[in-house]
Amino acid sequence: MDNLVKVTIDGITVEVAPGTSILNAARQIGGDIVPPAMCYYSKLEGSGGKCRTCIVKVSKGSEKDPRPMPKLVASCRTTVMDGMEVQNITSPEVLEARSGVVEMLLINHPLDCPVCDQAGECDLQNLGYEHGLQKTRYEFERRTFDRIDIGDKIQLHMNRCILCYRCVFTADQITDKRVHGILNRGDHSEISTYIQAAVDNDFSGNVIDVCPVGALTDRTFRFKNRVWFTKPVDAHRNCDHEKCTGKVTLWYKGADVLRVTARKDQFGEVESFICNTCRFDKKATSDWVIEQPTHVSDTSVISSNHYETFKPLPVIKENLALQEANKVELEKTEKF
Amino acid sequence: MSRKLLLEHINVPGINTLEVYRQKGGYRAVEKAIKTLTPDEVVEEVKKSGLRGRGGAGFPTGMKWSFLAKPEGVARYLVCNADESEPGTFKDRYLMTYIPHALIEGMIVSSFALGANTSYIYVRGEMMPQIRILEKAIAEAKAAGFLGKNILGSGYDLELYVQPGGGAYICGEETALLESLEGKRGNPRIKPPFPAIAGLYGCPTVVNNVESIAAVVPIINDGGDEYAKIGVGRSTGTKLISASGNLVKPGVYEIELGLPVEEFIYSDEYCGGIANGKRLKATVAGGSSVPILPANLTLKYANGEPRLMSYESLAEGGFATGTMLGSGGFIAFDEDQCIVRNTWNFSRFYHHESCGQCSPCREGTGWLEKVLHRLEYGHGKMSDIDLLVDVSRKIEGNTICPLGDAAAWPVASAVRHFRDEFEWHVKEPVKCLSSNYGLANYAVPIEKQAVAEEK
Repeated sequence: MDNLVKVTIDGITVEVAPGTSILNAARQIGGDIVPPAMCYYSKLEGSGGKCRTCIVKVSKGSEKDPRPMPKLVASCRTTVMDGMEVQNITSPEVLEARSGVVEMLLINHPLDCPVCDQAGECDLQNLGYEHGLQKTRYEFERRTFDRIDIGDKIQLHMNRCILCYRCVFTADQITDKRVHGILNRGDHSEISTYIQAAVDNDFSGNVIDVCPVGALTDRTFRFKNRVWFTKPVDAHRNCDHEKCTGKVTLWYKGADVLRVTARKDQFGEVESFICNTCRFDKKATSDWVIEQPTHVSDTSVISSNHYETFKPLPVIKENLALQEANKVELEKTEKF
Repeated sequence: MSRKLLLEHINVPGINTLEVYRQKGGYRAVEKAIKTLTPDEVVEEVKKSGLRGRGGAGFPTGMKWSFLAKPEGVARYLVCNADESEPGTFKDRYLMTYIPHALIEGMIVSSFALGANTSYIYVRGEMMPQIRILEKAIAEAKAAGFLGKNILGSGYDLELYVQPGGGAYICGEETALLESLEGKRGNPRIKPPFPAIAGLYGCPTVVNNVESIAAVVPIINDGGDEYAKIGVGRSTGTKLISASGNLVKPGVYEIELGLPVEEFIYSDEYCGGIANGKRLKATVAGGSSVPILPANLTLKYANGEPRLMSYESLAEGGFATGTMLGSGGFIAFDEDQCIVRNTWNFSRFYHHESCGQCSPCREGTGWLEKVLHRLEYGHGKMSDIDLLVDVSRKIEGNTICPLGDAAAWPVASAVRHFRDEFEWHVKEPVKCLSSNYGLANYAVPIEKQAVAEEK
């Protein structure tokens, strides 16, 4: 395999296939150096490049042409070159620009997290926590829109939208008939369905999953519960829709399934898109075959209520084999 | 009188018809190129001429053409960018209105050079009269055998179409233009791939400004070397300047690049000085998106040398003391003009025209506009001035297309050079509504430095 290209991100070198984006190369390394992505979605063709949160500095273009790139580049849409050197969190310039972008994203955002269904699993919340200022410098009225029900299952709350275009790409690529797009321009642009046509399609519910903020919410789950009070469980069913895999995450509160979503990976992207029947209509445990509790990142607020801190038994401390077996849990205890 | 290449026959009655245009030597370039030159030779001539893109960025046209990918069996396109909508720029409209055949002729020669069999002129939607003029001119050219199948018996086919845009400034950005031409929402594409590799309908495409394409005609007629003799340094040839503002004679002028700015403003051949006997306060040298300069820095460099109208000379001193030639929209402000108000006006334009695709520009342009509005109407605070600089810095360079930069530069430069006036707007919230800050020291001539730094 000599056609792999070498790229160094924050001092960590990785070999990736040619044509990989910087962001995906960073994801192969993993950890803190993965740039945040609000608009890029690996399953949607053409997504990315818009939110500018994933900007990185290319300090060395490639082995052949070592000049640095003049501007910060969007890592999700810049392909790696052999010998490229990228700075993400090691560059103060990048961090400053990223906090600038987060500030821009937040100036017209209503910050209604206390009543937002997305709170707890919101990419913008995480970003704001990491990069945002304590207090906004924006002293003007925020732009507002009316809430729109697009169909009986989905509600569009345009105030919260950051215009990542993910739902537009989903509507374009996953669903058959596109009734979903962007109207107007500049900061008046809005996601719309042309004269409020109901989004009526077997796969329309996926726009809820791809939305990085709480702009598109599930009306069957709306205001039912806070996400960190629910317990996620991986499950599947034999869905008769040919494109649907039927692999989902069920969100339990007590014995009730409050919500069904597609399974998400560690970068917040769905593993496979699911159909609306699975999402909205199958809300009984008997509809599903339960597999296991969903793995939730330790840093996520969702995990905070479910899993007790691991207290290693004295016997583990003495036994190397047991220590090896409980490695992950032990690391956690040290980390917290 | 300096040499005129594009506007030489502008005052000839009926020059907008094919007949008169032919009598004045029109379509010689088409005959010369198609009958005696190969496409590569035409590209070579344009390269030799040193012609730089007239739309604003100043990228060498010949080099742009040579980057065009030429895969077998894939169509190539030439698209003319006539979506001229920058405040202060109106040269392309002038050219299309009065000498449409200059553009058509340039399109034929350029398409021939690039091997394009279908070419488009993307005209801004508001310019409906110009669209009709161009369509009439195309029909005339087609009847005369300069367009269509087998042009002049050479076997080369070319169809030329005029496409009206929707009237969005962003569609002047080349990839947004291509999106719009394809019938989509005019959002700029993320580069790479550049249009030279995958442009219109995924095919290799060259997008050029109206003036760049029209300038190909004299280059082919006289030869690239001859064209390169005009001008100064790497700024060769002539340039159309749309002069507006408080000038005695605003209008479109063709200048040889390298003309001193002072001569351009004050000589009777060009603008004829500042109107009503007022004094010059500031200029925007290349359309609204370039940095604004106070009068003293407009006329002289920071070291006292006179500034010239050329790509390099206007940019001398970087953004600290320089500006850019841009698209040649020269706006002059006299002592009665308020820079804060003007900056707000520009900002309002960019706020309105931002496509809303990437976050810094979508949100930042609106923010700048609101803060400037507050300053202009006497509700501002001292901290707003630094806020403007900070916000503009966060937009600049962090966006997909140059509109973010274009929105940030005028604001940043206005604060850089006219901070006194912004502060005055904060200190005198009532007075600033009825009177102006005036000339202050913005026109104090810069003394020539006695010690030459080089020696």
